[in-house]
Amino acid sequence: MAEFEPTIVAFLCNWCSYAGADLAGTSRMKCLPNVVSIRLMCSGGLDPTYVLKAFGEGADGVLVCGCNPGDCHYIGGNYKALRRVSLLQRMLQQLGIEPQRLQLHWVCASCGDEFVDVVDGMTTQLKKLGPLKR
Amino acid sequence: MDATQYDEPKIGVYICHCGTNIAGNINVAEVAKFAQGLDGVVVSRDYSFMCSDPGQKLIREDIRQLGINRVVVAACSPRLHEQTFRGVLKESGLNPYMFQQANIREQCSWIHEPGEIVTEKAKRLVRAAVERVSLHHPLEERAVPIFPATLVLGGGIAGIQAALEIANSNHPVYLVEKEPSIGGHMAQFDKTFPTLDCAACILTPKMTEVARHPYIRLLTYSEVVDVSGYIGNFTVKVKRKARYVNEEKCTGCGVCQVKCPWTTLSEFEVGLGLRKVIYTPSLQAVPNIPVIDRERCVYFSKGTCRACERFCEAKAINFQQEDMLIDLQVGSIIVATGYDIFDPADISQYGYGHYPNLFTSLEFERLCSPSGPTGGKLKLADGREPRSLAIVHCVGSRDKNYHSYCSQICCMYALKYSHLFKEKTGGDVYQMYIDMRCSGKGYEEFYERLQQEGVNFVRGKVANITDHALNSEEEGKLIVTCEDTLLGNIVRVPVDMVVLCVAVEPRSDADQIAKTFRLGRSQDGFFLERHPKLDPVATMFEGVFVAGCCQGPKDIPHTVAQASAAAARALAMIARGKVDVEAITASIDEKLCSGCRVCNALCPYEAILFDEAAKVSRVSQVLCKGCGVCAAACPSNAISVQNFASAQIMAELAGLLASERLAIR
Repeated sequence: MAEFEPTIVAFLCNWCSYAGADLAGTSRMKCLPNVVSIRLMCSGGLDPTYVLKAFGEGADGVLVCGCNPGDCHYIGGNYKALRRVSLLQRMLQQLGIEPQRLQLHWVCASCGDEFVDVVDGMTTQLKKLGPLKR
Repeated sequence: MDATQYDEPKIGVYICHCGTNIAGNINVAEVAKFAQGLDGVVVSRDYSFMCSDPGQKLIREDIRQLGINRVVVAACSPRLHEQTFRGVLKESGLNPYMFQQANIREQCSWIHEPGEIVTEKAKRLVRAAVERVSLHHPLEERAVPIFPATLVLGGGIAGIQAALEIANSNHPVYLVEKEPSIGGHMAQFDKTFPTLDCAACILTPKMTEVARHPYIRLLTYSEVVDVSGYIGNFTVKVKRKARYVNEEKCTGCGVCQVKCPWTTLSEFEVGLGLRKVIYTPSLQAVPNIPVIDRERCVYFSKGTCRACERFCEAKAINFQQEDMLIDLQVGSIIVATGYDIFDPADISQYGYGHYPNLFTSLEFERLCSPSGPTGGKLKLADGREPRSLAIVHCVGSRDKNYHSYCSQICCMYALKYSHLFKEKTGGDVYQMYIDMRCSGKGYEEFYERLQQEGVNFVRGKVANITDHALNSEEEGKLIVTCEDTLLGNIVRVPVDMVVLCVAVEPRSDADQIAKTFRLGRSQDGFFLERHPKLDPVATMFEGVFVAGCCQGPKDIPHTVAQASAAAARALAMIARGKVDVEAITASIDEKLCSGCRVCNALCPYEAILFDEAAKVSRVSQVLCKGCGVCAAACPSNAISVQNFASAQIMAELAGLLASERLAIR
């Protein structure tokens, strides 16, 4: 049987992380193709229901990326994302979803390599974890 | 326009080849065929360059002939061409927000190894964009007025140039400089490469022009402590540090500096000379108004002395002066904060700080300068004139242990030093270089000239510098050891004097400036431009521009060019009088709002206010920046961000995950 290929939905903030992911591409860095991204204006604009919907629709993992602490374009939206993701991780656990399936990372606009590392790292983890059981 | 024209989605999908950038890794024809079968898609095409004129024409004609009312372009990042394609819709009479771009280049064809899966991912992205755009609504673009004044931060050659360009068009400029005088590093230089004209002769006239310009308000010894507002309407809080000298009364006679009995090392002379405790950095200082160094002034520590006050005929000394905060209203901001130089003491094998005849490049500039501590005479610690000089390139640059980047200016000033040393002493010069990089106008010619002047070029990175002599020839000298990679030999070069070409590095306070002005920083620490090629002047923060070495190492001509470009950008905004801002703001459905006020406290811009009478919250469309923090937190789902509405994101998600959804059901 072919190796399990997880699907990761990444929510990237417009100012840092989306630009960082673009830079990784522009610099021809390579990451595993298991990630598909959605652009948000700010990681703080991540509605928790987006994450639940993603898992409900078949994602094996959800990645949230925002600006480095202190660098948020909207002053402190990334801290709000941090609070929401922490809460969500606890809630997901109660639903039987492993907390590693939802990850938050800081990826700055010049951090193409960081984006690649985060995606590859999470993909590898999810491959070990297997598909999300529904 | 008919309001119902957008009711039924009629979508045109355009897959860009971007030459081979996309088509080389993605089967674009297959993606276009796939899109043709999606709900609402009227037409799906692929084309070599969608952003080109014929590419745009394809969209225009489909809007006209097929009546499409929504457009998806799958191409590069929306950060590159979203505005381009929105413009195409606008020209064709469609609302520009009826557009969605799928990023199949940066985040698809470029970032993944070739394979079938990359085409599959492109299909997902296109389907997501199609499902999302089906739910787009026409939005009204907003225009905000531009306040016609500009803040320029930093009074080096970049800031001076930008300020003069703008002020010469009769628009007000605030030039804020943290030091007591403008001039920056360039004021410390002796000659400039490759023409060897003296830095002061070309800079000081510009400095005085700044000081007497009716449209420039010069705020030296001042720092920006806070920036609020947005493009067109910034409020900048500036701290004017106490000079303890009344600027209105001071005549700049200089008697206070003569009478002050206390001295300390001069920053302007890079510690090679002394200055008084009440001082102007140099004789050419602008403004020619001294400051009292509070840390070292005896009056402030012991309450005695007051010599400056006693001899000041203008009665300008004021020990009671306090720091002052002022607010400036500006429409745009140019950050030109310059650079620091690398501290070579970090490289212990070079012995900087240990050997008296070992200098940094900036110190050598001062030694060469006729206004410098030695009056332009090169002298060794024992007073003799040096007979030989070694110039060590790439100290802290092109070195993985310190800075990987090339500092760009060192090769050229090293050549300049070679010429100056030969001119002043007639002695021998050795340059230890990795690669000679002389790629500016007239630079290669200057390199050739110095080769003809008899400079010795040794290709190799210096391993160490020592005074430990192995033979009589090396006695009393500094011995520079490196591998001559052209000869394949280790060479020891005994010389009287050594200059280290130290790296240009980001200012030590760059982090603070970046936070205040919400600038990004690239991996080398310099401020991040909006686009490395197409927009090296703007930043991610609309209305804030960068110029000079704060954006990356560069020489004077490039700095001046960039500063003029930044000024042109600020002036273009002023000339238009207004600027379009994205129609991305939050709004509250008052029927759904429960008046819980959760959003009120979350908004970073205090844009949400509670209406006590109606018991609902309302968003100020002027203050809202569209981050969406409120919408994500609203327990009643009453808040929606235009163009980033929950339903639109959900549609995008559904589009991305359509195949997974099938598999699990």
